[in-house]
Amino acid sequence: MMLSRTADHLYWMSRYLERAENLARLLDVSFSLSLLPQSKGARAEMSAPLVITETLKQYNARHDTLSAQTLFDFMALDRDNPASIVSCLKLARENAHAVRGKIPVEMWENINATWLQAKKLPSAVNVGEFFDWVKERSHLFRGVAYGTVLRGDAYSFVRLGTFVERADNTARLLDVKASLMDSGHGVDDFYAWSALLRALSAYEAYLELYREPPNAQSVTELLLLSPRLPRSLRASMEAICKILAQIEGEDSRVAQRDANAIRNELHFVRADEILRFGLHDYLNQRLIDINTLGERIYDAYLKAA
Amino acid sequence: MHRIHPPLAGCFDEMLADDGETRGHYRDFLQWLTAQSPETLGQRRHEAELLFHRVGITFAVYGDDSGSERLIPFDTIPRILPASEWQTLEVGLRQRVAALNAFLHDIYHEQHILRSGLVPAEQVMVNNQYQVAMQGLDLPHHTYAHIAGVDVIRHADGGYYVLEDNLRVPSGVSYMLENRKMMMRLFPELFAHYAVAPVEHYPSLLHDTLREATHADNPTVVVMTPGHYNSAYFEHAFLAQQMGVELVEGRDLFVERDRVYMRTTAGPRQVDVIYRRIDDIYLDPLVFRADSMLGVPGLLSAYRKGNVILANAVGTGVADDKSTYPYVPEMIRFYLSEEPILNNVPTWQCRKPDELSHVLAHLEELVVKEVHGAGGYGMLIGPKASRSEIDDFRARLLADPANYIAQPTLALSTCPTFVDEGIAPRHIDLRPFVLSGKDVRIVPGGLSRVALTRGSLVVNSSQGGGTKDAWVLEA
Repeated sequence: MMLSRTADHLYWMSRYLERAENLARLLDVSFSLSLLPQSKGARAEMSAPLVITETLKQYNARHDTLSAQTLFDFMALDRDNPASIVSCLKLARENAHAVRGKIPVEMWENINATWLQAKKLPSAVNVGEFFDWVKERSHLFRGVAYGTVLRGDAYSFVRLGTFVERADNTARLLDVKASLMDSGHGVDDFYAWSALLRALSAYEAYLELYREPPNAQSVTELLLLSPRLPRSLRASMEAICKILAQIEGEDSRVAQRDANAIRNELHFVRADEILRFGLHDYLNQRLIDINTLGERIYDAYLKAA
Repeated sequence: MHRIHPPLAGCFDEMLADDGETRGHYRDFLQWLTAQSPETLGQRRHEAELLFHRVGITFAVYGDDSGSERLIPFDTIPRILPASEWQTLEVGLRQRVAALNAFLHDIYHEQHILRSGLVPAEQVMVNNQYQVAMQGLDLPHHTYAHIAGVDVIRHADGGYYVLEDNLRVPSGVSYMLENRKMMMRLFPELFAHYAVAPVEHYPSLLHDTLREATHADNPTVVVMTPGHYNSAYFEHAFLAQQMGVELVEGRDLFVERDRVYMRTTAGPRQVDVIYRRIDDIYLDPLVFRADSMLGVPGLLSAYRKGNVILANAVGTGVADDKSTYPYVPEMIRFYLSEEPILNNVPTWQCRKPDELSHVLAHLEELVVKEVHGAGGYGMLIGPKASRSEIDDFRARLLADPANYIAQPTLALSTCPTFVDEGIAPRHIDLRPFVLSGKDVRIVPGGLSRVALTRGSLVVNSSQGGGTKDAWVLEA
């Protein structure tokens, strides 16, 4: 049992940190793809992050051209862009600040230090180093959560935020490829699929599990349906179901039902069925499901007034 | 070598006597200090700053546009009090707060002290801090100020004087605790040598006090904050965490059938004691300010029914008001039949015509304060003020004399402090925290504030003051 508002802050604290990490992963894959010499869809690759974070309009209002540098400035460093990585780190810090008495000192210090470092970033920061730094800060946060937080509701809401955000982000990341496939770019591009796997830290896992070069079906199977890959949609949903079952709540049944419905879908569907249905359409439906689940969680636990 | 500047003429220095000799209780410390290289100490100070920043012990300053958060400067030279002086202070504080609680109970019940004429009735009854809603409400142990922060200074004569009694929502105790933690981390060798009375158990004493404030069995205690933009938010969160209770905002609470509940992930939970860190007027929009978003509609009604305890009680401001302050020695005699142990600073009440004319004639020498002011805002320090500032204050005094009191400019004692020019005397005060419940509890020492600007007498952190660890030596 904890204050709904506290739970809300904990949940969003970790959602924003997970989001920052996934944005870094997303930009990383877009940048590497746009740098490929044979890439025909460089422009499409580059605008993909704007499309899936739904910030294309804001971007166009601020910038006339789309270059790697302006995109990076806007998506990574721009504090006026509420969806940028730095803005996510700020929001995570604000949420942590609001509940600093409810989290271990080391967790607060970690999040606060991340924000203080982010504020001091030079504008000419090296792109690759920056992505690595964001991922590293996120790894640290997870480590401090795993190693210091008392197992109980606070831990549950921190973890819940991580997995709801990750489920959403993994689906969106895969959708970058799906949309490009639909528009005729890089359908079976080995490099494109490899870059996506790398962005999700899944490349080594892929090599271990599959003998064939990465392709639409195998990657879809791994990233959406594998219960063993920590960043897959299925693994995220398994985690969410488990966490929800542990939180005591008066009207949590609807949230549990919806989470289990998504999990069951991913448990039984096959990758070839998804591709026949259309990967983009399939992901779109799951994104809607995840969004609805987010609202259910809010209604069940987080609503303050 | 360190450059240690001599004490200021006409002030009591905590470390150095007038003849330049080191006072006994500082002797070992000074020896240790001179044995340290300035570089080492500089590193330690730098380390302290980094740690405070990382932990985020910050303070929001109002009216500062850049304004978000900044650190309260921390000085690594402790203010040391010998055991004998502390014992006197402690007895004096207990006496004073007991009288103030008795006064609050009295003015909201039979009003003996007003009928006896010792305190003018109009002084109390028209004071805007007097809350009619509190009349006749019986509080457990007759405690109104569960937490009091009494500001004490040492004057040039070496004696301690009470500057003001903070009975509303006194803050600063978290700095007392963090300063001690920092000193122990930076200079463990000093603590191995000196027997410094511990203060770390304050949160547990506070929790005991709050649990005793109600008749409810196994009560649920919460800390109520205006939110994380408040200047003292760090402290609210810190105390809630240290006590292991929830930190709530107004929107987390609601009232149903005159009972107070908090919204939790598992549904509503009843709340028995609210350690509220917001002012009276924001508590309940139905009774006080209707536009307050910080409070809880219906809270006062639940309070009046005895279903929830507020700490401190509503309406304590009338007792720590600067217009009431001059009567505290009388209260001690009246309620406790004892002679006051701690001195009051002589105070002229500008609402009295003859005292007003004395004040107007001596503005250059006096400190003039607003009766309801706090935080070092809106005061005149005659000897430091310019001609036009004095003229400006004269006009304000004439326009609304009852809003002001005046006191002699006190020579606050000084304590050696690290500043740009080396180690130099700076003015300090001390705020011990007195907890009242079934028993009275005080941890030895308190928050020691220091005015970092040379010659400045204003120690408030909102005015650029810093803090020091305060050591009470065990006998």
